[in-house]
Amino acid sequence: MAKEKQSFEDEMRRLQKIVEELSGGKLTLGESLKKYEEGVKLAQGCLAVLNDAERKVDLLMKKEGKFSLEKFEEEEADKE
Amino acid sequence: MPEERRDLFAGSAGLEKARHIYTVSEITRDIKAILENTFPEVWVEGEVSNFRAANSGHFYFSLKDNDALIGAAMFSRANKELKFKLEDGLKVICSGKIDVYMPRGQYQLIVEKIEPKGIGAQQLAFEQLKKKLSKEGLFDPAHKKELPLMLFCVGIVTSSAGAAVRDILQILKKGAPCVDALIRSVRVQGEGAGKEIAQGIVDLNQLGTVDAIIVSRGGGSSEDLWAFNEEAVARAIYNSRIPTISAVGHQINITLSDMVADCFVETPSAAAKLIVDKRNSLLSETESLRQQLKFSIAGIIGNLKHDLVALRHMLKSPKERLQEKVQFLDEVITRLHHSMGHFLNIHKERLSSLAARLGSLSPLAVLSRGYSLTSLYPDGAIVKDASQVKTGERVKTALSKGFFVSRVEEVNKDG
Repeated sequence: MAKEKQSFEDEMRRLQKIVEELSGGKLTLGESLKKYEEGVKLAQGCLAVLNDAERKVDLLMKKEGKFSLEKFEEEEADKE
Repeated sequence: MPEERRDLFAGSAGLEKARHIYTVSEITRDIKAILENTFPEVWVEGEVSNFRAANSGHFYFSLKDNDALIGAAMFSRANKELKFKLEDGLKVICSGKIDVYMPRGQYQLIVEKIEPKGIGAQQLAFEQLKKKLSKEGLFDPAHKKELPLMLFCVGIVTSSAGAAVRDILQILKKGAPCVDALIRSVRVQGEGAGKEIAQGIVDLNQLGTVDAIIVSRGGGSSEDLWAFNEEAVARAIYNSRIPTISAVGHQINITLSDMVADCFVETPSAAAKLIVDKRNSLLSETESLRQQLKFSIAGIIGNLKHDLVALRHMLKSPKERLQEKVQFLDEVITRLHHSMGHFLNIHKERLSSLAARLGSLSPLAVLSRGYSLTSLYPDGAIVKDASQVKTGERVKTALSKGFFVSRVEEVNKDG
């Protein structure tokens, strides 16, 4: 998860940089098209991560110093 | 009492036998008995001074006011229960009994309970701990970590049966379903709750998979929230490598955990909303970046198209260029023709006027008026003088119309 967060921040930053470069207008057409393509891919990736609806809710258990996960039942929330 | 004493001294002279002589121990024992029986349970108000915690765990101090001072001792058995820290200058109300310490002949107050005067013991403890932690830099803004751009996995240290976790999960489910939650269930009130909360924070740090830790419980009385004011909790939050969000109780309660945490919100719901807001603003930012990308590339391509059209105007095929030259040539030729015609006309006119003048000078014109022209025949020389001819020679005479040849009959040179 920490890895996902890291790459998300990196991608977001890269996307911002590309938008800046592209609007700066100092690139050749070839470079512009390349950056544009990369930017669109990054944006789609970021949106996909933010729109992902598969959440996991777990309980962290600890027994004799060892961690384990247990599914947390969200009865109350599900009733709503 | 003064009456009695007078009697006692008055009698001292004569009643030697009647007088009772105490040993030091006896008198002290009697005093001890009188004092301890008279003051088996008292409340004394005063200011703490000369406070000393002995290695044995017992506390020794004095209570004083403007005019008097009384020694006091609080044994470890009793002071273990003490929530706040005793210190010089503190105004307190002590309950206990008077005790006489025979080896020194000193009476003192054996304290069983102490309450700070004016504020509650808990409040005082809170203030004291706050002061101590502040001095150590636990609330220092420079130590606070920034939350990550987005929290994709949150650790929640709270009771799994409480309202706080329900509120948080419900709001996350609705507003940010991309966020996973890892709950470390702990007791959030009662004896030992602080230690469990602190351990929960340590555990999540040890596991290291969450982006942030929410330390939370729902609203309650300040006693209910007390665990979040405990030193262990404050230190665990301070030492957390993972950014922390404190979300305890209602608006009115500010706990030490709120002050130490990297981020502090007023309720458990607010912690979840914070994450939902983060997600929503990231969504709209990404969307807007995507629009900017499209806009930029459309602009770049549009500009290039524009340039291309301009360049095409500048660039012509050889055929087009040839046609242009031919056309130019045609024009030149037409113009040439035109000016040539003009030139010829002018010269034609000049020619005919010259011809007319020539005609008027022609000898033929004279002949037409009846004159004739004689020339030697056949050599053709014009005869202007009679001496040019000799009798018998032939001359040719030209007339206006035709000619004739004749022979000279006579020559008269004088005419």
